[in-house]
Amino acid sequence: MKPAKFDYYRPKDVSEALSLLESSGFDGKIIAGGQSLVPIMNMRLATPQCLIDINSLHDLNFIDSDDQTLKIGTMTRQNTVETSELVKSQCGLVTEAVAHIGHLQTRNRGTIGGSIVHADPSAELPLVLMALNGTLHISSEEETRTVKAEDFFLTFLTTDMMPNEMLTEIHLPIWKGRVGSSFQEVARRHGDFALVAAACQLELDAHDKISDIRLALGGVEAIPLLIEDAKELLAGEKITDQAVQKIAELVGSSVEPESDLHASATYRTQLAKVLTARVLYQAYERAKG
Amino acid sequence: MSLTEVNVTINGKSYSEWVEPRMLLSDFIRETCGLTGTHVGCEHGVCGACTINMDGLAVRSCLIFAVQADNCEITTVEGLACSGELTALQKNFIECHGLQCGFCTAGILMSITDFLEKNPQPSVKEIKETLSGHLCRCTGYEGIVKAVEKTVQDNNKEVLQRS
Repeated sequence: MKPAKFDYYRPKDVSEALSLLESSGFDGKIIAGGQSLVPIMNMRLATPQCLIDINSLHDLNFIDSDDQTLKIGTMTRQNTVETSELVKSQCGLVTEAVAHIGHLQTRNRGTIGGSIVHADPSAELPLVLMALNGTLHISSEEETRTVKAEDFFLTFLTTDMMPNEMLTEIHLPIWKGRVGSSFQEVARRHGDFALVAAACQLELDAHDKISDIRLALGGVEAIPLLIEDAKELLAGEKITDQAVQKIAELVGSSVEPESDLHASATYRTQLAKVLTARVLYQAYERAKG
Repeated sequence: MSLTEVNVTINGKSYSEWVEPRMLLSDFIRETCGLTGTHVGCEHGVCGACTINMDGLAVRSCLIFAVQADNCEITTVEGLACSGELTALQKNFIECHGLQCGFCTAGILMSITDFLEKNPQPSVKEIKETLSGHLCRCTGYEGIVKAVEKTVQDNNKEVLQRS
């Protein structure tokens, strides 16, 4: 279990990193926290010829916000985000989700950007990004562009990014008003990959009726699954047992999970329905305050 | 590319070595520096045996390349005891039967030492969550949880006595 040989570069700034990435073509790979990349290198499932270490790029390690947007640099450690008061107050769904990623020791090293670009179908951060339709800022030597989460994830471990591109920061919209959110997952043990995870954020009007809602599920498809009909079905409604039942049934009929060693498709479908109900109830209660 | 220089401080001692970039920090610590207290189990970040403290954070040394530890301060299990005196946590592992074969112990001690520094009054649930990052096949974890709880109690007593 030792990685194959590679060339190692430690750029001093973003432009040097992008230049290295450009010149190494398909053989180059960015390493941030390495908590997903190094295991697959140790198992030789990945054998990049050239590793570009961005751990020294402190410009990419930040948490910031303006009135409407929470901004997180790609190199920000998961543990830093988990304990950030700013993140908790502006985007509590992220704080709640990050606590489920791996373990203390991996969150101390793992980064926000690394988890997102790895794009594991059951990972927490891609799910939250999808649930909130965050924006990804991506740079190459030629250009900097933005892409919405809904357009970013393509399939298993595959995103919209090209080999010469690097994620630099993510932006999450800050919801104002009577907002509640909830993140729930079921894993065999704490810290394991989720069998199924659900994330929900909703906003209520003065009469406790839903004015906006985003609901997404992880672990049920190749990419995080946004339940687009949730808004149409629930807008102007209160969260009642009947409404929750309706959405849970919709989720049950929309997901097509795969069976694997960890759980059968039937069990995953059942979990998707149960977790949908749980996040809807919890987000609603939290929004009511 | 051949060899890359690494300058690192481990348990207060400076090491300057030339290594292949693909050398894992866990192997560097054990084989290059001869500090075999850090154990290597799964080598893909699951078992927790190789946990060390790097720049104040408990991390898995099998998921970091030695070249990435350049200019870092590392503490391994050998660096916990001060002048031969075991820490309270280490003593309580002995007292509460927190280990049998000892393979997982070094990693757990490094994680819990970091954990208790940041969260001196943890709940049992928090202790168990932290331990979920470590595999122990001997103890059933009961003794380990007790050792951590007792360390928290001992620390509290010490604080009371001092005040």
